Amino acid sequence: MAEAAKKIEEPVCRVNGVTVVPHLSGALYVPEFSALLVADLHLEKGSAFAAGGQLLPPYDTRKTIARLSEAITACGAQTVIALGDSFHDRDADHRIHDEDAETLAGLVRSVADWIWIEGNHDPEPPARFGGRTVPELALGGLMLRHEPSAEDAPGEICGHLHPAAKVAGRGRRLRCFATDGTRMILPAFGAYAGGLSVRDAAILSVFGRCPDAWVLGRDAVYPIPAKRISG
Amino acid sequence: MSDLVLPSRFARWFAARGWQARPHQLEMIEAAGKGEDALLIAPTGGGKTLGGFLPSLIDLADVAGGGPKRPHRLHTLYISPLKALSVDVARNLMTPVAEMALDILIETRTGDTPVSKRQRQRDRPPDILLTTPEQLALFCASPNARAFFGDLERIIIDEIHALAPQKRGDLLSLGLATLAQWAPGASRAGLSATVSDEGGLARWLTPQGETPAFARIVRGSEGPKPQIDILSSTERIPWSGHSARHAMGEVYAAIKQARLTLVFVNTRAQAEATFQALWRLNEDGLAIALHHGSLAVEQRRKVEAAMASGQLKAVVCTSTLDLGIDWGDVDLVIQMGAPKGSARLIQRLGRSNHRLDEPSRALLAPANRFEHLECEAARAAVAEGVLDGEPLRAGALDVLAQHITGRACGEAVSSDDLFAEVTQAAPYAGLARSEFDRVLEFCSTGGYALDNYERFRRLIRNQDGLWQARNARVAQRHRMNVGTIIEAEMLRVVLSSPVNGGGGPRSGGGGTPPSSLPRLREDKPRTPPASGGRKTMRRWGRSLGEVEEWFLEQLVPGDTFVFAGQILEFQGISENAALVTRSSDSEPKVPSYNGGKFPLSTYLAKRVREIAHDPAQWSVLPDQVRDWLTLQQEKSRLPQPDDLLVETFPRGGKHYLVCYPFEGRLAHQSLGMLLTRRLERLRMRPAGFVANEYALAVWGLRDLAGVDMDALFSEDMLGDDLDAWLAESPLMKRTFRQCAVISGLIERRFPGHEKTSRQVTFSADLIYDVLREHDPEHILLQAAWRDAATGLLDIRRLGEALKRVKGNIHSINLPRVSPLAVPVLLEIGREPIYGEAQESLLADAADDLVKDAMANG
Repeated sequence: MAEAAKKIEEPVCRVNGVTVVPHLSGALYVPEFSALLVADLHLEKGSAFAAGGQLLPPYDTRKTIARLSEAITACGAQTVIALGDSFHDRDADHRIHDEDAETLAGLVRSVADWIWIEGNHDPEPPARFGGRTVPELALGGLMLRHEPSAEDAPGEICGHLHPAAKVAGRGRRLRCFATDGTRMILPAFGAYAGGLSVRDAAILSVFGRCPDAWVLGRDAVYPIPAKRISG
Repeated sequence: MSDLVLPSRFARWFAARGWQARPHQLEMIEAAGKGEDALLIAPTGGGKTLGGFLPSLIDLADVAGGGPKRPHRLHTLYISPLKALSVDVARNLMTPVAEMALDILIETRTGDTPVSKRQRQRDRPPDILLTTPEQLALFCASPNARAFFGDLERIIIDEIHALAPQKRGDLLSLGLATLAQWAPGASRAGLSATVSDEGGLARWLTPQGETPAFARIVRGSEGPKPQIDILSSTERIPWSGHSARHAMGEVYAAIKQARLTLVFVNTRAQAEATFQALWRLNEDGLAIALHHGSLAVEQRRKVEAAMASGQLKAVVCTSTLDLGIDWGDVDLVIQMGAPKGSARLIQRLGRSNHRLDEPSRALLAPANRFEHLECEAARAAVAEGVLDGEPLRAGALDVLAQHITGRACGEAVSSDDLFAEVTQAAPYAGLARSEFDRVLEFCSTGGYALDNYERFRRLIRNQDGLWQARNARVAQRHRMNVGTIIEAEMLRVVLSSPVNGGGGPRSGGGGTPPSSLPRLREDKPRTPPASGGRKTMRRWGRSLGEVEEWFLEQLVPGDTFVFAGQILEFQGISENAALVTRSSDSEPKVPSYNGGKFPLSTYLAKRVREIAHDPAQWSVLPDQVRDWLTLQQEKSRLPQPDDLLVETFPRGGKHYLVCYPFEGRLAHQSLGMLLTRRLERLRMRPAGFVANEYALAVWGLRDLAGVDMDALFSEDMLGDDLDAWLAESPLMKRTFRQCAVISGLIERRFPGHEKTSRQVTFSADLIYDVLREHDPEHILLQAAWRDAATGLLDIRRLGEALKRVKGNIHSINLPRVSPLAVPVLLEIGREPIYGEAQESLLADAADDLVKDAMANG
């Protein structure tokens, strides 16, 4: 049935003129810089809930790291840039399982450069896993930060809003990259991170309209124009 | 039978009313006197409620002589599935109590009871407390409940058949087991009019020991046989659909002739559509009202009151009026569409003519040709007194988890005592100690293989080795989340208008139904803080009720739909409400939402198969239906009672496979999922499937005629294929979500604020994915899997069907669509499609994009 769900002929995605590749994992690859961008890992969200009394399964961190590791390998990225909210809260560092901590540190060491951008959940990402921390980062014609800025910001790529979209009809809402061609919001990468409709006021106000969406399907990433998005 | 004599005060009361105590009422007194548990099965109107309460009233009449200063102690606990039923029974009980001048204090306690009254009830309990299973669970999870129930003599469970097969019944059975520890002398009475599995229910009612124990069964005499007519419309009978719109004129005529009619439908959407259609015909201005579970409570209360005071001519309703509340002098019950089960039909019949000496009258209005067969089957079943009904099953593990946590929140308890206690409840009598221990561990630490949460334990062992909640906060949060009723995510529907005037609500013209009966006054408008997505500010009006969120999510602003008896235009979603305006459209653009469908009962399905294959039985059917079946006989073949007919044919460039298992929509959907997986593996390129109550259609791009049908339908699909499919099934995720909420893994309510249900849905799916990958043996996955097998996926029924037809698959290749296949093919586009649909939907939408190129390309 792969035919039925036929893949699009590698459509090109550009943000402010820079070619980017939305990856099925939810990461964005920027070939020009061999850089992989991920947003909102929310590591240790499960244990944060457990500390609050809801004993969610403690496996979200290892699942998120494993998926990230696969994406790095698949894209052959030399640089990894995490666009903030990489850790669910300030105490995440104290709750992370030793095994997961080692895996993460190993993953950071495995690439040439690893950059943590500060997020609202993790204004000071823990230092022990390696990598460097910056408030925001310019990458060629792109500006990488956690939260979208209120004014026009051509080339801005951010996270924070966890965009998701549903194709008009009877489908389910799925995570997506939201873009109008000049800026982009990445989907949340974390295993327990939820989604917000691209038709929500918070996302509409970033683009001034409903953005187009690159939707994470089961087999491929599907570019969906705004007019086909119902919620 | 008993030769017991009523106390004189009671005998005089019966005599004064011109009554005699019925034998079953006397037998209930006798059983209670011996401390026996008893299941009373008596038809509606047979004095069942009084039979349940007489022993208590007699007991209390003796002690009530102590004068007004007598300290009241809780003597009788009455539990029913509906808050409204408790209120109604309390009112009815007051008659004998007042007329015999008994000094008995009767009170209700439901979710609506104010905190101050609850507190007062705990300090000074009434003699008789009427409540719901959830309230009992709350007591179990509260400190000092043991003392509160210490003097309890009697427990009465009403509509026991409706509770026992559900998770609410599991929760209640565990609560009863706890009460048996606190008040070992209390005897139990179960009341019901429609019991299919008498032995099972008699066992359910009584505490279990080493060997199965059964409550005494007490039977009321049967009333006259009900008179059931099937509306054989002179109009063209549709092939499919569930609205019975074609018969509306005849339904209206029947309403006109009767005194008060209850028009039962199977879904809320049908209720809305029927209400609209009747009002379109309502030239006489008959007082026809609407009643269903999504309407605002005040609106329902007003309709009930209008019914009771004789102001109404008819009420269109769903199962909200199934159970034993009697609001008025109903003399006709009309069932729109097939009743889906004989027990449900009898229950609904019981709403008419509440006098035992007159037959109740019902008119069945089949919505399509196939439903004519279903209605005939149901009529025959009622005539023979055969009841179907949900089978009892082993107790659910998520409910057990909730109860264990609850017990530890109430008082410290040892695991050995608790195990002994829960295995007294019939649904848990077969529970293994190892499984109990796993559930206990789940309650305490989450029970994960990765043992990471020791420091976050919710239940801890105190120095005596007893289990208790870690702190007051854990207990408080548990109590806020007690219960097993997980509603679909609902949004309020709120009338709104633009802040700066412009197009106010249209006034109703002739033939337009009033929004409710009687009309409600508009609440003071208030302005919401923000209107999501759209910049226009809207003023909020009154709330019309609640609708499933997923339905509203399909709508775009400007779409019209029917709700609360009106055609509404969707304006947008703001916070937790859908804002709407009244529409001037005469037809809604979005016809219906399909919540709450009942599957066809196994028993009726069998009877329908028998009628369908045997032309000798068709004489009762209308010509149109008979012609349809005759044509099927000529063009293809009739399904036989014990075979499975499989047809293949081409149509519109696609190839179809249609089979007729007659096992209900749920089982057919599961079968559809599994068949498409197999066909994919055979490289037959299936593209989608759709199911209805008796058939399943699969289509694709290749001719399916050559497929080995015996292999395709082999039972082994319930092994690996099922597991593999379940991994991704949205139905399984929904089941898991329920388990996660009921077991307390996900809490819906916190002190101070309520988590929106959308967040719950989303995170439950994510948790399911993570758990399945990293802890596949986890107890909650097992719980969900067991639920799915009997619930949404109906795997058990599918398995039995596949076993039955093994070696008897009759496939036939046709040049074109067969008459019998027409209805299920008409469902395409109306029902959700499954399997690869999601991926295809995305691919299609993306194709569209390639055509007209993305703006930023």
